[in-house]
Amino acid sequence: MTPAELCQQVLALVGDRAEAQVTAQRGRPALTRFANSFIHQNVGEAGGSVHLKVALPDSASGRRVAAASTTRADADGLTALVEGTLAAAALRPVDPDWPGLAPPAPVPDVDHYDAATEDATPDERARRVRAFVDAGPGLRAAGYCDTDGGTVAFANSAGQRAEGRSTRATIDGIHQTADSAGSGHATAARLADLDAAGVGATAADRALRSQAAADIEPGEYEVVLEPECVATILIFLAFYGFNAKQVIEGQSGIRLGEAQFDPAVSIWDDATAPEALGVAFDADGTPKRRLDLVRAGVATALAHDRRTAKKMGTESTGHAVPESDAFGAIPSNLFLGPADASFGAGTADLITSTGRGLLVTTFNYCRILDPKTQVVTGLTRNGTFLIEDGKVRGGVKNLRFTQSFLDALGPGNVLGISREARFADSEFGPGLVHCPALRLGTWRFTGGARG
Amino acid sequence: MFDPAAAAVEGALAAGAEYADARVVVSRRQSLEALNETIESLDQSESAGVGVRALIGSSWGFFATAEAEDAGRAGEAAAAIARASASVPGPPLTLADVPVREDSYETPHVEDPFAVSLTEKADLLVGVTKTMGAVDGVALARASLTAWDTRKWFVSSQGHRISQHLVECGGGMDATAVGEAETQRRSYPQAFGQFESGGYEVIRRFDLPGNAERVADEAVALLSAPECPEATTDLVLESSQLALQIHESVGHAIELDRILGWEAAFAGTSFLELPRLGSLTYGSALMNITADATLPGALGSFGYDDEGTPAQRVDIVKEGRWVGVLSGRDSAAVAGLPPGGMVRGDGYNRLPMVRMTNVGLVPGESSLDEIIGATDDGILMATNRSWSIDDKRLNFQFGCEVAWEIRGGRLGRMLKNPTYTGITPQFWATMDMLAGGSEWIHWGVPNCGKGQPMQTAHTGHPAAPARFRGVRVGVRG
Repeated sequence: MTPAELCQQVLALVGDRAEAQVTAQRGRPALTRFANSFIHQNVGEAGGSVHLKVALPDSASGRRVAAASTTRADADGLTALVEGTLAAAALRPVDPDWPGLAPPAPVPDVDHYDAATEDATPDERARRVRAFVDAGPGLRAAGYCDTDGGTVAFANSAGQRAEGRSTRATIDGIHQTADSAGSGHATAARLADLDAAGVGATAADRALRSQAAADIEPGEYEVVLEPECVATILIFLAFYGFNAKQVIEGQSGIRLGEAQFDPAVSIWDDATAPEALGVAFDADGTPKRRLDLVRAGVATALAHDRRTAKKMGTESTGHAVPESDAFGAIPSNLFLGPADASFGAGTADLITSTGRGLLVTTFNYCRILDPKTQVVTGLTRNGTFLIEDGKVRGGVKNLRFTQSFLDALGPGNVLGISREARFADSEFGPGLVHCPALRLGTWRFTGGARG
Repeated sequence: MFDPAAAAVEGALAAGAEYADARVVVSRRQSLEALNETIESLDQSESAGVGVRALIGSSWGFFATAEAEDAGRAGEAAAAIARASASVPGPPLTLADVPVREDSYETPHVEDPFAVSLTEKADLLVGVTKTMGAVDGVALARASLTAWDTRKWFVSSQGHRISQHLVECGGGMDATAVGEAETQRRSYPQAFGQFESGGYEVIRRFDLPGNAERVADEAVALLSAPECPEATTDLVLESSQLALQIHESVGHAIELDRILGWEAAFAGTSFLELPRLGSLTYGSALMNITADATLPGALGSFGYDDEGTPAQRVDIVKEGRWVGVLSGRDSAAVAGLPPGGMVRGDGYNRLPMVRMTNVGLVPGESSLDEIIGATDDGILMATNRSWSIDDKRLNFQFGCEVAWEIRGGRLGRMLKNPTYTGITPQFWATMDMLAGGSEWIHWGVPNCGKGQPMQTAHTGHPAAPARFRGVRVGVRG
């Protein structure tokens, strides 16, 4: 059965016993992993899943709600899914905040899909790995090339129907010398669009340039952050800040209408952008649309699912994820750009305009200390460089930072935004954030290689 | 259920594999989360399928399918992937020998957690959130329970046929107080809950209701507590925080795949180098670490790993000296070490890889009271709030939910926003007191992430309160 047929089958099994929504997906993810310059792990999968949420009537507003998922798409598996979920719902307390099902609404016509990527063979991925490895002769390479593609369908008993297909391909890795490492990353909807040799060359160049790294004192530094770092900042802001559930619970530091960010910065989420990935509806079946989170430094919107939208008296923005009831709504098509196009600069210009500072290529193991202040600790990794008099002088050893991500993008701290934007790895997976490099006035490094 | 696994192995061999193994895995998970007297989410998931590994020369391939009737084709696909791997080949590989067994294993448990009614579970969670929420100043009162039931059937081309039934569960609660520009949280039994191998009797032991009011009171008190000062001082860690310290600065560092560079691009490598195995000083003479997959009730216990190697207890650090690693059949062979039986996969569709079992401290002879009594000037920190460590597992920084100053051998004021930072071997070298007895607890971590595609493992970490001298505390942004 196709995902759409699976959805219909499950709705039929539920019948009129409850309100119900079903998401079904089928896909063929595959990932080729390499280390020490050879392929050491190489995996593929064929399968899918069906996710069901039911709401049993109990009172005019309250419902008894339960959710379940299965990988068993045969008749017995679907029957077990439906009966188990209904039985569970009957035994739980009433949910006073049930927002109801998404009403029928058209879904934007996007198709971030490439059949050749979904059908990519292990040999095609291995060729990209070979190109990455060969770009750093004499160096040790590690990383992965993966392809993911499939179809997802949604249906609910209120009549909403949605279906979409998407693909994604990534080449990501490092080259290593005896005492240094450098990284490279590229993500696109089409495997054919990945320049594995170019990404490998970037990683090799960073590794070679950061050899014999100096140990510098921690403290406040001006920084140029490559897109991987910026992507991590945006993910934290999205999860802990613009997530309406965090706001409702008083744990977010975002204050709508206030100029909390530098006026040079705009942040938005847009699954309908030509360069976006994924499908244009969320786990509730709500159509996605562009959502401007920050306009010229002013926080302008929150990400909602149907539950948080009901609580705040607004509309869902289409950012529900399967775990939204617990975690809230999460934007996953994030963009950052200059509020005024004339503000953009070349990445090289960000460096030449820096008197003394650090160029950071990636962050590592970032964790939040307090969601309200957005203070995060983490480290630099795979290439950190000292900038003096507008020139990259050489590598420095990795540093630990303890820095508020809200303050990092705060008024007056964004000194430059690169014109070149791309998908950047965010430490939370590829393809979630499309962003440029940034030059920031100050960044708080709290520890060096010696602690 | 051995049949689909056997078909997958046969499919791989027929397609040219020199070695193959396969696991049929059927796993169920049930979770409930309560927030402020309501059940916020009730979720049940089931996954079932077969995953097969094929080895051709020195190159691996893995393929998984949810359709049992496709098991033979999955084996063929795994072999085809292995051939593609050989286009960027590694050095020759021979798997380390392990005993070939036909056996079965089941987690000792009393009460099937899935047989306990959802009503009883919901009443427990809603009840403790009501108790916590009744404390003035508590904004968010949460509680959660999760149970897993996993059945595996393992077959290898060398003759293994092993079935296992693993039962695990756990949960916990936390209270959050929200101030003008901060949030403060207290959790019980530990941050994100305590998890063990066993049935619902695990949950009954926690006594969530008996701790709800204390947890809530402490969360509110933190809002008005003074900040943890910036200082270098003696640090006393309660056992759940020390368990996470072990997980991050010992458990991951001793993974042989990291040491060999196989995780370099993602999880990272290790500061440990194999030529120094047996001679490197990891910590003080009080530091004795084992990896024990046979520890009753601990979350990282099982009968066999996912390569069919029997669970075992391995010395990792003896009297401060590094002596052991976590390994599997391929990594052990490369390093010339005995295989440790520490390779596990998450569900049917993830490649088994080196994972922690129960990596923890052998108990000491002191107690928390004695440690505090012997400390003239220091800080006691409890319950993790944030964790971060570098890609070699050297430079770490942890935040805890709460701290208390220690003055003249007695606990003093409560302190908020405590953090501490250090370098792994330097930090462990300062451990000079270690508790044991009833204060030695095997804490469970149910969400240890590793690998690409990402997979999570359930690990255990026995620990007891301990003291570390001259630690930098109070780092903040």
